[in-house]
Formats: sequence, C-alpha cells, structure tokens
Amino acid sequence: MQDKSAKTAEGVFFITGKDFANAGVASCELKSILEKMGVDRGIVRRASIAAFEAEMNVVIYTPAGMMRYKITPDYIKIVVEDVGPGIENIDLAMTEGYSTASDDIRSMGFGSGMGLPNIKRNTDELNILSIPGIGTTLEIVINIKKE
Amino acid sequence: MTLNEVKDILQAEVLTSNFDTDMHIELVCSTDLMSDVLAFSQSGDLLLTGLVDGAAVRTADIAHVKAIVFVRGKRPSKETVALAEEKKIPLLITKLSMFESCGRLYVKNLRSSINAG
Amino acid sequence: MKLQELVDSLSLVVKTASAHLTKEVTGGYVSDLLSDVIANIKEGSVWITLQTHQNIVAVATLKELSGIILVNNRTPDADTLKKADGEGIPILVSSLSAFEIAGLLYNLGLRCR
Repeated sequence: MQDKSAKTAEGVFFITGKDFANAGVASCELKSILEKMGVDRGIVRRASIAAFEAEMNVVIYTPAGMMRYKITPDYIKIVVEDVGPGIENIDLAMTEGYSTASDDIRSMGFGSGMGLPNIKRNTDELNILSIPGIGTTLEIVINIKKE
Repeated sequence: MTLNEVKDILQAEVLTSNFDTDMHIELVCSTDLMSDVLAFSQSGDLLLTGLVDGAAVRTADIAHVKAIVFVRGKRPSKETVALAEEKKIPLLITKLSMFESCGRLYVKNLRSSINAG
Repeated sequence: MKLQELVDSLSLVVKTASAHLTKEVTGGYVSDLLSDVIANIKEGSVWITLQTHQNIVAVATLKELSGIILVNNRTPDADTLKKADGEGIPILVSSLSAFEIAGLLYNLGLRCR
C-alpha cells in the first residue's frame, strides 16, 4: 500500500491584486492538495493559514503576485512574491494590529494588521525580503513531523 | 447545542442546501475581520460575521470552521452562496445585530474560540 | 448603567479619559466595520471592537458614544490614546473576546437598540 505522505508535490498559483472576489482561492487549493496527500490536520491548518495571509497581503496591497509551493515528507515550503510597494518597516509590520491599509480596505474587513503575525505564529521559518518600490518576497517553511 | 438550535435562537434563515441540523456547535468566533478568525489557536465551530463576502467562506474553509451566520441581515451574493455550497459549509443569515446574536448564544452557554494567547 | 459599572463588573482596563466613566451606557454594539458603525450605532452605546487606529475616536465622537471596549487585549496606538484623551472618549481594554464581552453585557441587561 502506498504511503500517502511519501509523495512530494510542487506547483505555482498566480494571484491577481485587488481581486477580492477570488482572494484566498490559491490557499484553499493548497489546503485541498495537502489534505489529499494525507498531511497531518494541524500542519494543514498552519500551512493554510500562512498561505492565506500571504495571499491576502498580495491581493490587498499589490497589483500581482505568485505563490510557489513545495511539499515533501519533511517540510512544506511556500514562497510568495509580489510586485507591490514593498514593506517600509518590517519590524513594525510584524506587530499585531499595525496596518498600512487604507480606510476603504478596512471598511471591507481586511487589513486589521494580523497578517504577518499570523504567518509568524504558524510557521517554523519566515524570511521576508522587501524592497520598497520593487516588491516583497515571503519564504515560509513548516516542518512536518516524521511519523 | 446543535446548528438547528442556533438557527432557532437567532431566528436565522438557511441559505445553503447543506444544513446538518444535528451539527454540534460549541465554540463561536465573532468578528468582521478575517485575519482575526485565523489568530485564534482554534477557530471554533461557528463564525458570526458581518463580512458578507466570499472571503468569509474561504476563511472559514482555511480555519476548519463548520458553519457561518451572517449577521445584520445583509444578503450575500449568489456567488458567495455557491462557494459555501461547494465547500459544504452551511450558511445562515439573521437580521439580528452582532451584539444581540452573541448575547443570545452566550446566555445559552456557547463560548468563544480559544485565543492563541 | 454607568460606564464605571461596566469597568468594575468586566474588570476592564481603563486606558483613556478616566474622568468620563460616569457616562450613561444605553446600549451595546459589536462591529469592526467602520461604515457599519457609522450607519447604525446609536448614541450612548458602548462600542465593542478589535479596531485600534485613531479613526475609532472620530467615530465615537461623531456618534456620541459612551465609550469603546477593545477586545482580545488589543492596545490602542499612541495616536489613538492621545486623541481619545483629547475628546474625552474612554477606551477600555479586555482580554476577553467580543463574543464574551457582548454575552456578559447581555447578561447584565444591556441590549442593542
């Protein structure tokens, strides 16, 4: 019988900025993939939340971005890159409740400032590279416990 | 309590065809801000929200929330309802305010999702 | 009931305008969407929210609210605190969630008018 968790998978999703109607589609798809691969439920939750928050940031703040993922028996790696305005102050952005969202965005229920803190809380490694005016890359790693 | 009891207490209308009347509901998350649903270490069974949008349905999916009640009577688009159907998440709507909805469920001993701390 | 009674029964931490806790609270309102609050909240209400930026003070002043309760231990930023003190708007913080605060207030007899 094939051990489901021995499989690996990788892929990419394109994220359209400001497309609120489809915000979260990529993360929901990734969650589906992880579940079909038999990944532990707790890990699926953490990876999905991290992917979702990263995807939401691309939709809220940037014109476009890309989410690449790699799933192995040992880890899940998600890289989200965008061509947005970049993050001026990463430390500040990591503070719960800090947000640069416009009033319009807030009135839609987004941009409450929990995005990056939520990602950090759910991942084992988080690397942020951001150049204001050029874009941002988030690299996320979640380790999978060996059964 | 069951989802059916929630429906009665909130005088809610069911919008999706999947509605398991016996679905067990214990923990509630009430917020209009989706990231805050995800900030809880355990998002709970029921999402009460005024964010009447596909994003609420996707957030519920990501957070393993079992059912959604839209408060304040604002109707979702048919795309949002279709999305909930696809994800098999029961969608309800109540005219009650968020305050009233929380109040009524609290006095019947429902409690909040567990905070991440 | 007076705002001070809420502070005492719910063990709220008073962050601003402590001289204004004698205000009468006539209702409760839970919402994080500013447009909804501006459209629907009634004067004298206490507003329960997660939002911490300074716009909440403007809304509270405009709608003549009795005060704001921030839930989940959200701390208002410095600008918000300054503005709230200036306008005499009490900002109270609780470690409980909105669901619980609304529930406890409901139990005390407060309603959403």
